Amino acid sequence: MIRRPERPEVSRSFRWRAHCALGLLTLAAAGLTWRAVNLQLVDHGFLSSQGDARFTRVVSIPAHRGMIADRYGEPLALSTPVDSIWVNPRQIAAATEQIRRLAAALHLDPQDLEQRVTSNLDREFLYVERHLAPAEAERVKDLGIPGVYLSREYQRYYPAGEVSGQLLGFTDVDDEGQEGVELAFDHWLAGEDGEKRVIQDRYGRVVEDVESIRQARPGQDLELSIDLKLQYLAYRELKRAVLEQRARAGSLVLLDVQTGEVLAMVNQPAFNPNDRDQMQPDLYRNRAATDILEPGSAIKPFFVAAGLASGEYSDRSIIDTSPGYIKVGARIFPDEQDLGRVDIATILAKSSNVGMARIALSLAPQLIWTTLTDVGFGRVTASGFPGESAGLLSDYTHWRPIGIATMSHGYGVSVTALQLAQAYATVGALGMRRPVTLVRVEDPPPGERVLAEPVCRELLGMLESVVAAEGATGKKAAIPGYRVAGKTGTAWKATAGGYSTNLYMSVFAGVAPASHPRLAAAVVIDEPGAGLYYGGDVAAPVFAAVVGSALRLLGIPPDEAIAVPADEQPSAASLDRAPGTLARR
Amino acid sequence: MIHEELTDASRARRTLTGTARMLLALKLDGPLLIGLALIAVYGLVVLYSASGQRLGMVLRQVGHLAMGAAAMLALAQVNPNFLRRISPWLYAAGIALLLIVAGIGYIGKGAQRWLDLGVFRFQPSELMKLAVPMMCAWYLRERPLPPSLPSLALLALLIVVPAGLVVMQPDLGTGTLIMAAGALVVILAGLQFRVMGALAALAALGGWAGWHLLHGYQRDRVLTFMNPESDPLGAGYHIIQSTIAIGSGGVFGKGWMNGSQAQLDFLPESSTDFIYAVIGEEFGMLGQVLLILLYVFVVGRAIYLATQTQDTFSRLLAGSLAVTFFAYVFINTGMVSGLLPVVGVPLPLVSYGGSSMVTLLAGFGMLMSLYSHRRLIGS
Repeated sequence: MIRRPERPEVSRSFRWRAHCALGLLTLAAAGLTWRAVNLQLVDHGFLSSQGDARFTRVVSIPAHRGMIADRYGEPLALSTPVDSIWVNPRQIAAATEQIRRLAAALHLDPQDLEQRVTSNLDREFLYVERHLAPAEAERVKDLGIPGVYLSREYQRYYPAGEVSGQLLGFTDVDDEGQEGVELAFDHWLAGEDGEKRVIQDRYGRVVEDVESIRQARPGQDLELSIDLKLQYLAYRELKRAVLEQRARAGSLVLLDVQTGEVLAMVNQPAFNPNDRDQMQPDLYRNRAATDILEPGSAIKPFFVAAGLASGEYSDRSIIDTSPGYIKVGARIFPDEQDLGRVDIATILAKSSNVGMARIALSLAPQLIWTTLTDVGFGRVTASGFPGESAGLLSDYTHWRPIGIATMSHGYGVSVTALQLAQAYATVGALGMRRPVTLVRVEDPPPGERVLAEPVCRELLGMLESVVAAEGATGKKAAIPGYRVAGKTGTAWKATAGGYSTNLYMSVFAGVAPASHPRLAAAVVIDEPGAGLYYGGDVAAPVFAAVVGSALRLLGIPPDEAIAVPADEQPSAASLDRAPGTLARR
Repeated sequence: MIHEELTDASRARRTLTGTARMLLALKLDGPLLIGLALIAVYGLVVLYSASGQRLGMVLRQVGHLAMGAAAMLALAQVNPNFLRRISPWLYAAGIALLLIVAGIGYIGKGAQRWLDLGVFRFQPSELMKLAVPMMCAWYLRERPLPPSLPSLALLALLIVVPAGLVVMQPDLGTGTLIMAAGALVVILAGLQFRVMGALAALAALGGWAGWHLLHGYQRDRVLTFMNPESDPLGAGYHIIQSTIAIGSGGVFGKGWMNGSQAQLDFLPESSTDFIYAVIGEEFGMLGQVLLILLYVFVVGRAIYLATQTQDTFSRLLAGSLAVTFFAYVFINTGMVSGLLPVVGVPLPLVSYGGSSMVTLLAGFGMLMSLYSHRRLIGS
C-alpha cells in the first residue's frame, strides 16, 4: 500500500478542531461540576429534607381494646390479634395472574378483585380482606405475591356469644364501640394507638425503627357487675320459655337488691356478635333497657305502697270490691269474680282491679306520682346503657280519675324491664333506692330512702301472698325453701287503633328471699302464642327457675333457716368470689 | 546505602521500561489504560453498593469488563489498514442486522433490539456505534477536505439511516449516540462553520418534525425534563428521585452503602442508568468531581492519541471515538443530574451491563491500534 502524503492544512485544521473539542469537553465538565455544586451545596438542605420525607414515615402502633369481664373476671369480650390483607394497587396491577392467585387464596371473585384494583390505581393502599386469622394471613403472605401486605389489627371476640349479645353490644371493623356496653364504656375500653418513626423502602416495608414517638396505650379492662353463670342461667330459662310459649320476644333482668348491680340481663331473640352475618339491626336492641311496655298488674304494688305511705291503709285494711266491678266516669272496670270485702293482700293476690281502683282513687295524685317516680318509673336508671328508655309517666297535674284507675291496673304508664326490676329491688331493699349499675361495685352505695321501711315490710308481706296464698295468681313463682314476694302482670298490648284483645304482655316481677331480699328480677314475655298468657302462667315459672337457681348458686340461705340477724349476712357481691378477680379502676 | 538506592532506582527504571515495552508489544497505551482501569474499579465499588450488596452482580460486571478488555486487546492488535478495509462491510452488515431486528420486531409486534444468538444476545445498534464513524471516516479518507456539499448529503444519509432505524426500535439514547459519533467525524473532518450553522438550523427544523415522529413515552420524557414536577409519580419520578439523591449527598456524601435513596429503592435504575446519582449520594460532590476528572483525563488522552495519528481515516475515527465517549458521559451525567432529558444511556464503564461495556472498550482498542500502528501505516 502506498503511503498517503500528509496534508498539512488538514492536519492543522484537525488539531485546531481537536483543541476546540477539548475546550468543549472542559466546558461540559465545568457544566457538570456547576450542576453538582448547585445540587449538593446550594439546594442541599431542601433536597436532603425531600429525601428524608421519602423514607421516614410515622406509622401507628395498634393498641388493643380493654377486656370486658364479668364480676369474677370471666372474659366476656376479648381483643384477639388478626391480620388484614392490603395491596398496593399500582404494584399488583402489573400482573393479572397474581391478582387471580390472590383471589383464589382468599376465596374472592377474581374479576371483582381485579376491578377493585384497577379502579384504585391512583392509590397505594387498598384493603382486600380484613380480619383474617393470623395463620391464614401468613399463608397468603407466603404466596410471595409482590404488592401484598399484612397489617396487624385486633378483633373482638365474645366468648359468651349470643348469651351476652345485646348487653355487650359490639365494635365495628375499626374496633370502636357501636352498641351496648362496648359503646357505653368506649372511652374506657378503647386503647390509644401509639406512633413511631420508621425508615421504609419504596414498597412500604419497614427497614428500621428510628424512634418511638408515643407508646401505644392499651385500653383498660372493665369488670361488669354481671355474673356470667347467672347470665347463662337466665338466658337458658328465658329462651326455653319463649320457645315453649311461642312468644315474640322476652327479657329478663336480675338485680342484686343490696348493691343495685345488674347480675344478669338477657333477651330473646338474641344474636351472636361473633358472627357478623347474623347481625340484623332489629336484633341489636337490649330490649330489657330500651323497650317499654305497659306493665299491667305488676305496677299495683306501688299504688299499694302509696296507699300505705299515705297512712290511710295498712295490711289490716279491708276494701269492699262488690259488686265485682267499678264504674269510673264512663268506663266499667271488672274483676274476674266478685271478691267481696277483702284485705289488700288478697287484692294483690287475686289482682283485683276494683280494689286497686278504689285505693288509687282515694289517694292524692301527687302522692301516687311521687311514689312511682321515687321507685324509678318515668326516668332512666343510672345504668348508662346506650339508648335506654325512660318509660312514660305523665305528670299528675294532667291526671283525671279515669286515668288514675287505668294506671292502677298498669295501663297508660310504660316502663322497661330494667325499671321494673329496679322498683321491686327498691322495695326489697326496704325503701332504699340504689342506682342500677352494670359495673361491679366494691362498696354498695347507701342509696336514697324513697319508701319508709315499715311500708316496705308490709308490702313485702302482701306480695308474699301473691305467690303463697290459696288460689293466688303467682303460685308458679314459688321457689322451694325460699319465700318469694312478687306480682304478676298481664297486659293487653296496645296496637294501632286501641288495645288488642288477643296479644298479651306477660310479666312477673319480684324479690327473694322475702324475709331478707337479696335478688330482684323482672321477667317479660312478649306475645306468648301457645295458649297461656297470664303472667302467672308464662312469666312466673321463669322467675322461679332463674331466681331459685341463682339463690342456690350464690349460697343465699333459705328463709326458713335464717338464724343470723339480717345485717350480718354476707352480701351477694362478696359471696362466691372467684380467686384472681380483675383489679377495678 | 547510596549505592543500593541507586540500584533500586535503576531496577525500578528497568521494571518501568519493562512494563512500557510490554505495553508497546501489546499495542496498548499506558496512561489511557490506567485511566480506564481506575474508572472501572471505581464503578465496581459503586456497583456493589448500588446493587444492594449483591456480589453476584459485581462478579458478572467483572465478567463484562473481562470481555471488554479482551475485545480491546484483540482490536489493538489489528492493523488499521484492515480496520479501514472492513469499514464498509461492517457498516453494510450492521444495516442488514438492524433491518432483520426491525423485521422480527414487526412480526413479533413489539419493541425489538436484540438478536438472540443462543450463547449471548447481540444488539446490532451497539455495532453501529462503531461502524457508523468507521464508515464516515472511510468515506472521507481520500476526499478533499472540507467535504463538498454532495459528499455531505451522502454522509448525512449514511448517518441518519442507521440512527433512524435504532430510534425506531425504539432506543432514543443509542440513536443519539450513533448520530453524534457520525456527525463528529464530519465535524472533525473540517466542516465549515457556516455549513454547521446551516445544519444546526436544519436540525432545529428536523427536531420540530421529529417531535411528531417520536413515541409517546419519548415525548413525555422531553416534556418531563422541562418540568419534572408536572408528573411526580410517573415520568418525572426518575429525575426528581435522582436530583434528590444527588442533592442529599452534600459535599462529602453519606458514605459508601449509606445512601438511603439508593439503598431503599427510591432511586430507580440505581445499578444501571442512574448509578451516577448513587455516586452523588454516597460520595457527594467530591466523588462526582473525581469521576468527572477521570473521564476528562481519559478523553483528553484519547484526543491526544487521535492528534498523533498520521492519516485521515485514523485521525477522524480516533477523534470521533474519543469525543463520542465523552458525549456518552455527558448525556448520562447530564440526564441524571437533571440537565438533559432522560434518554437510556448508561454511564460508561460504571453502569451495570455488558453490551455497552464491550462496545466502549472495543472502541478504545481500535483507538489504541490506530495510535500504536501509526508507523506501520503504508509500510
